[in-house]
Amino acid sequence: MMPDLSSLCRKGLEALYPDKVKITVGRATCGRASGAEEVYQALLAEVKERGLDCTVATTGCLGFCQEEPLVCVQFPGKPRYVYSRVRPELVKEIIVGVINQNMPRKRLLGKVFEDEVLITGEKVKMDDRSGDRSLAENPFYLPQVKVATRNCGYIDPGSIAEYVARGGYLALQKALAQTPEEIIQEVLESGLRGRGGGGFPTGKKWDFARKSPGGVKYVICNADEGDPGAYMDRSILEGDPHTVLEGMTIGGYAIGAHTGIIYCRAEYPLAVATLREAIKQAEENGFLGDDIFGSGFSFRIEIVEGRGAFVCGEETALIASIEGKMGEPSPRPPFPAERGLWGKPTNINNVETWANIPPIIMKGGKWFAGMGTENSKGTKVFALVGDIKNNGLVEVPMGTTLRQIIYDIGGGTGVFDFKAVQTGGPSGGCIPASLIDLPVDYEELTKAGAIMGSGGMVVMNEHACMVDVARFFITFTQDESCGKCLPCREGTRQMLELLNKICAGKAEMPDLELLENLALAIKDAALCGLGQTAPSPVLSTLKYFREEYEAHIREKFCPSGVCRELFELTIAEEACRGCGRCAEVCPQQAITGQRKQPYRLDQDRCIRCRACLNTCRHKAIKVVPPRR
Amino acid sequence: MNVTEIEEIIARHQEVDGRVSGILGDIQKKYRYLPEEALRLVSKKLGIPLTQLYGVATFYAAFSLSPKGEHLISVCHGTACHIRGAVQLSEILEKKLQIKEGETTKDGKFTLEAVRCLGCCSLAPVISIDGKTFGRLKPEDIPGVIAGWKERDNCDA
Repeated sequence: MMPDLSSLCRKGLEALYPDKVKITVGRATCGRASGAEEVYQALLAEVKERGLDCTVATTGCLGFCQEEPLVCVQFPGKPRYVYSRVRPELVKEIIVGVINQNMPRKRLLGKVFEDEVLITGEKVKMDDRSGDRSLAENPFYLPQVKVATRNCGYIDPGSIAEYVARGGYLALQKALAQTPEEIIQEVLESGLRGRGGGGFPTGKKWDFARKSPGGVKYVICNADEGDPGAYMDRSILEGDPHTVLEGMTIGGYAIGAHTGIIYCRAEYPLAVATLREAIKQAEENGFLGDDIFGSGFSFRIEIVEGRGAFVCGEETALIASIEGKMGEPSPRPPFPAERGLWGKPTNINNVETWANIPPIIMKGGKWFAGMGTENSKGTKVFALVGDIKNNGLVEVPMGTTLRQIIYDIGGGTGVFDFKAVQTGGPSGGCIPASLIDLPVDYEELTKAGAIMGSGGMVVMNEHACMVDVARFFITFTQDESCGKCLPCREGTRQMLELLNKICAGKAEMPDLELLENLALAIKDAALCGLGQTAPSPVLSTLKYFREEYEAHIREKFCPSGVCRELFELTIAEEACRGCGRCAEVCPQQAITGQRKQPYRLDQDRCIRCRACLNTCRHKAIKVVPPRR
Repeated sequence: MNVTEIEEIIARHQEVDGRVSGILGDIQKKYRYLPEEALRLVSKKLGIPLTQLYGVATFYAAFSLSPKGEHLISVCHGTACHIRGAVQLSEILEKKLQIKEGETTKDGKFTLEAVRCLGCCSLAPVISIDGKTFGRLKPEDIPGVIAGWKERDNCDA
């Protein structure tokens, strides 16, 4: 059937901007984990009980996860109210506000005065700028430029009509009227590079796959987002699944494939369910299937669920997994573009990469290349998490500095000093506070000893131990090593033993040298990208935090207070204000004292769980070397 | 294990791509593990060597060769959760359930497992119970969460 864009668009606009009050809840996984389902149910119940004529709708993640659950209230033609940290109790107040047309101020994060549709450039203005602050001017949102996440938090992910109303599937229609070469040219011009970690130019990858001989080809969406600390792909799949389907269909047409496969990790059940519904709706409306837009081009998309193996994020391992084998990587060449799934030419891109395709096709490669730095174009979504005030997903132009991301958007690290930021997951590294003005792009991060990876940014304060962080990642890679090649299988095991020794205070200085040599050897000799980059967390922390390793070895002291055998906690009398919060959280009753007097900590009872350390706002809890 | 049920699962998966993963996934879901007879049957029906299926069954974290508990508690050990106190959550869960990570309680009610990343890093540290995610947890919240789950399920484990 021929897709009917205009009637879908009309339907979508009616749903996005209905002529009655619309209350929307962000119901992606992060929202749900903060209580969005309870809020959603409470809203439904209130609306029903009071017999209100208003819509209660669903949307994906608005990005500002710290403030979840988020609820939007929109009166017809008026600005949209966005409430943060909504609890069922606040629901009543919101409903009363709707009835009296006098919305509460409590927990009002801001108001949205204008919606812009990126794809078409159209703007939906909602007048009445008076009074409250604009959400767009909130420091968290102000520097952001949303391309891949343009629809997340705006549309109902279960409605293809709302996607179309935001310019969805226009790019597919446009692409199918062009030649595959023209599309590849556009993607090449955009400078888009793989957002999953490798950073390989997407247009080149497509070109290889297009030029590979063979009648049957595949495109794959890598949705096996395994890097701990990164969740932008989940958010896109849960919030805007059609952008991925549209991107893949365009990619399929460009390289000459008729089957697309989304390999999605099973840890993301909501993403899988959202995708299934989206595929169904795309098929029903003629965006997937035979002769799409009367072009003669046919395309189908299937979902294959991952089963919990980190290495399957590597493309050759991912292919093996789809073929029903253990997810072991194979040496490249041959690259998947020549011989991939079932031996056929295959093009693999990750979720965020695919999500960038429709805007590039509609607005042109030049537009995309107008953002970013010399060799890193466009925007990138980062998962800004860890010891940071404003946790969430942020999308900024490449080249934005760490300072802008961590302080301007993230709001800094609170009372504790910023120590390091870990980027790129287990293949990445820790960047120290001294490099805070580093512009974030592929080259600069690599130069600093880290990598872009998939965009995880785990911020750490002064109480994170860098040796422990290195051990954490090596534990991870050691456990996830597929075991096929010796350097990774045995090398990571040996590195882990050395790190365990250091963290237990049982290492000697030659162990450090051994650790470094081992790391360099694995980097050179491992079979796949995962093994080759497995030592990166060790190498980068050795580069910037060697003195911390040395303190563990020479002084048997963990200065950050993490490695339990190597520190004690004490209360600094001069800093203690006697608020007693430390005593309240201590599970051992090891802290005693009287209000407004300095408190005392009994070493014999202390289990060094750090509850007091994380609670004290006056930094009165000090980490000191253990008594011997 | 019921042969007809396994045959039904196999029949449901006619797709070429990801067929083995789909079939084993459904068996795991139904029985909470992959019974040996089931693997033998799949091997025979699909013409795939049992050794390959054994490889797959032991390679992926989601598959298990011994039964998992009725309720699956997953403690996220992603980076953000690690630095925000996942280890402390694991310790208290282990103490509360009297099992180690990777083990199942004697009554078969709960399995405690460590997972790599649940993708809820902004709410670290998080755990999930039977797919429901709990975020921003402190060790002292754990007894309440477990008690709430038991109550909800009416199980008296």
